[in-house]
Amino acid sequence: MLSRVADSLYWMSRYLERAEHTARVINIQLNLMLERGSQSEDLDWARVGRSLGMEASEEEDAWSAESLAQSLLHDASNRSSIVSSIVNARENARQVREQISSEMWEQLNRLFHAVRRSAPEVWDSRDFLQSIKEGAHLFQGVTDSTMTHGEGWQFIQAGRYLERAVAVSTLVGAHFHEFHQPAQAAAERVYLEWIGLLRSCTAFEAYCKAYTADVKPERIAEFLVLHPSFPHSIRFSAEALEMAIVKIGREAGSRRAAHVERIAGRLRATLGFGQIDEIMAGGLQAYLHELLRQCGHVHSALYQTYISYPIEAALEA
Amino acid sequence: MAGIATKHTLPAPFHEYELDDAFDEMVDSGGAVRPHYRHIYEALRELTGEELRRRQQIADLSFLHQGITFTVYGRDEDTEHIFPNDLLPRVLTREEWSRIERGMKQRITALNLFLKDIYHEGRILNDGVVPREIIYSCKHFRRQMRGLHVRKDAYVTVAGTDLIRMPSGEFVVLEDNLRVPSGVSYMLVSREVMKRLFPDLFRKCGVQPIEHYSQALLSTLRALTPQGSPQATSEPNIVLLTPGVFNSAYFEHAFLARQMGIELVEGRDLVVHDNFVYMRTTAGLRRVDVIYRRIDDDFIDPLAFRADSGLGVPGLFNAYRAGNVSMANALGTGVADDKAVYAYVPAIIRYYLKEDPVLDNVETYLMSDPLQRKHVLGRLQDYVVKAVGESGGYGMLIGPHSTAEQRDEFRRRVEEDPRNYIAQPTIRLSRAPCFLDGNVQPRHVDLRPYILFGDKVTVVPGGLTRVALRKGSLVVNSSQGGGSKDTWVLD
Repeated sequence: MLSRVADSLYWMSRYLERAEHTARVINIQLNLMLERGSQSEDLDWARVGRSLGMEASEEEDAWSAESLAQSLLHDASNRSSIVSSIVNARENARQVREQISSEMWEQLNRLFHAVRRSAPEVWDSRDFLQSIKEGAHLFQGVTDSTMTHGEGWQFIQAGRYLERAVAVSTLVGAHFHEFHQPAQAAAERVYLEWIGLLRSCTAFEAYCKAYTADVKPERIAEFLVLHPSFPHSIRFSAEALEMAIVKIGREAGSRRAAHVERIAGRLRATLGFGQIDEIMAGGLQAYLHELLRQCGHVHSALYQTYISYPIEAALEA
Repeated sequence: MAGIATKHTLPAPFHEYELDDAFDEMVDSGGAVRPHYRHIYEALRELTGEELRRRQQIADLSFLHQGITFTVYGRDEDTEHIFPNDLLPRVLTREEWSRIERGMKQRITALNLFLKDIYHEGRILNDGVVPREIIYSCKHFRRQMRGLHVRKDAYVTVAGTDLIRMPSGEFVVLEDNLRVPSGVSYMLVSREVMKRLFPDLFRKCGVQPIEHYSQALLSTLRALTPQGSPQATSEPNIVLLTPGVFNSAYFEHAFLARQMGIELVEGRDLVVHDNFVYMRTTAGLRRVDVIYRRIDDDFIDPLAFRADSGLGVPGLFNAYRAGNVSMANALGTGVADDKAVYAYVPAIIRYYLKEDPVLDNVETYLMSDPLQRKHVLGRLQDYVVKAVGESGGYGMLIGPHSTAEQRDEFRRRVEEDPRNYIAQPTIRLSRAPCFLDGNVQPRHVDLRPYILFGDKVTVVPGGLTRVALRKGSLVVNSSQGGGSKDTWVLD
């Protein structure tokens, strides 16, 4: 497979995962804001921005409720916005139009045209956000059932799960930073925030099945970070990521694959052998920070091995 | 008068179908429907306007969702447009087609002999059949190609030749496209859509298939595999080289690559090392044998041609010269589709094949010839003037539709650089029925069949029929308000 194609498939998938994640987080926030009352809206939106990994800047002061929200939805110049994620996903797909199935392209194109057509106001955007989520899920289903599960598909998997690991780590970190103060754990308002976090990872129902509706921050952290089989937990994502990378190595038959496999394996092991009490005692933020750093390493190693390697290295091989 | 006389004589949805002195593909001069259009005519009589509109919408959506768009250069926003596709097929009989096919095979064979000749001994120039200066002054002549051996002498591997139909009903060649002709994907896609929209009609008419085009293209390219490539006996590595997603024909590049199951590469995917071409893959570098390139000569290699090109591959020309990689089409084929050389194609055919041309040229005046120039400049309003090296409907003057200022401007340009222009009489292209504004109206059309030249010559039955969708317009180019329609060659 062409390196450029692998690159585009990987980013197509990352951007789509990002669009879906952003849509989900905003949708949940809109719901929560109805409960909170309007006096804190500006602060709330600033936190949404942080939990999506937007860089805090001097503009932060100017983040009014309306403008930030609007920008997260529709601003093509805002790199974190839903619309730019969809546009970028589609642009990457367009680069590799002949590598993906027609069904995939048509579905992504449909999503793209839908996003460009409608630009609802924030408070009328529930249907819009819902359609993004559904569109992204549909694309994923179409992808899984119409594309050969070969190397290209594995790059799509790698992109999706790396993006998810990063997004969930960032979200959990921002949330614990804001709300994890043991003294007020019982307050009703904070209770809603914890549920909001779970919902933002589509984890509320799954959490309840595992732990009942008894909401405890430490359990939430364990569920979202370490759960072995819940598809939005960081550990699950890291395992899926490693599996994709191992299969890429096998498909491509590259002799230089060991390096990236070792780094992805280390990330998986960090999570697989993690203990929540130790993590909390050592500081959840530091732990999440370490995970993000390792995710960054996996990304660069993937690039060095398969995408932007020097010609000399390849001719020797 | 004919137009007025026949108005309202046809029933709905043909009530606005007016005839004039152009050849009409559906109706003969007596106003009767031609036999090979009868099925379509009857089917249209039975379908309501509502139903036709519904099918048109399905077709449009299908084009949009497949991303079949083209780019119009020079506009900022929304440069992606869907390619207008007319709902009604253009129909040719088997007899009409077999003449076209013979003509196309003859023409490409002669042109390939001509290209080999002018880049080697130049017999035709020595014999004075084609003037030497017309070749050496052509901006698409590539002196780098002199003496270079082209695999199987297949200079032009893929040609798209534009035919038009005279008022007499006879097909003539308007121009050859021998560099990187495009449009074949529209032919293939609109056929798919038509089969979905008019299955009954399709079956009744008995239409010859065109779906094997991609397969034929692949075998043609495979025939060009360099001798001595280690992959020659197993699986030669054939790639399609595209300028990238911003090119107006990108959809087509991706489409063809997918249909053939070959890699679609950009310049940045290829590297040249020791005169061999490799592509950069996740498994390392892989040798490339044949490049179906959809990039113009000028941009293919910044070391050999334009140094400012970021689209090409540095060193590619040296690998080509060394015979380690083949390219389709070969470099320097543009000299044979120069519009001034075009005027000599009938002579070229006679010279190499000792046969008369099956299809005639349009009468052409060379502006480099003082007498011909004087004649044309005196009556510019009657002629179409074209720059010899342009395509896509750019750089031309259509006399009857021009203003006095435009004519003065062209007169000045022609006098400044006569070699760069030719003139042809304005020809009323034939007209075919189109579905427009809820009823059926005639519009001017041309025909571009696609010809493949490898171990043998293949012409798939049909081609791209381009339509001038604006009423009265004779310009069929997509950049200037043209569209396309499916072409049915009956069995």
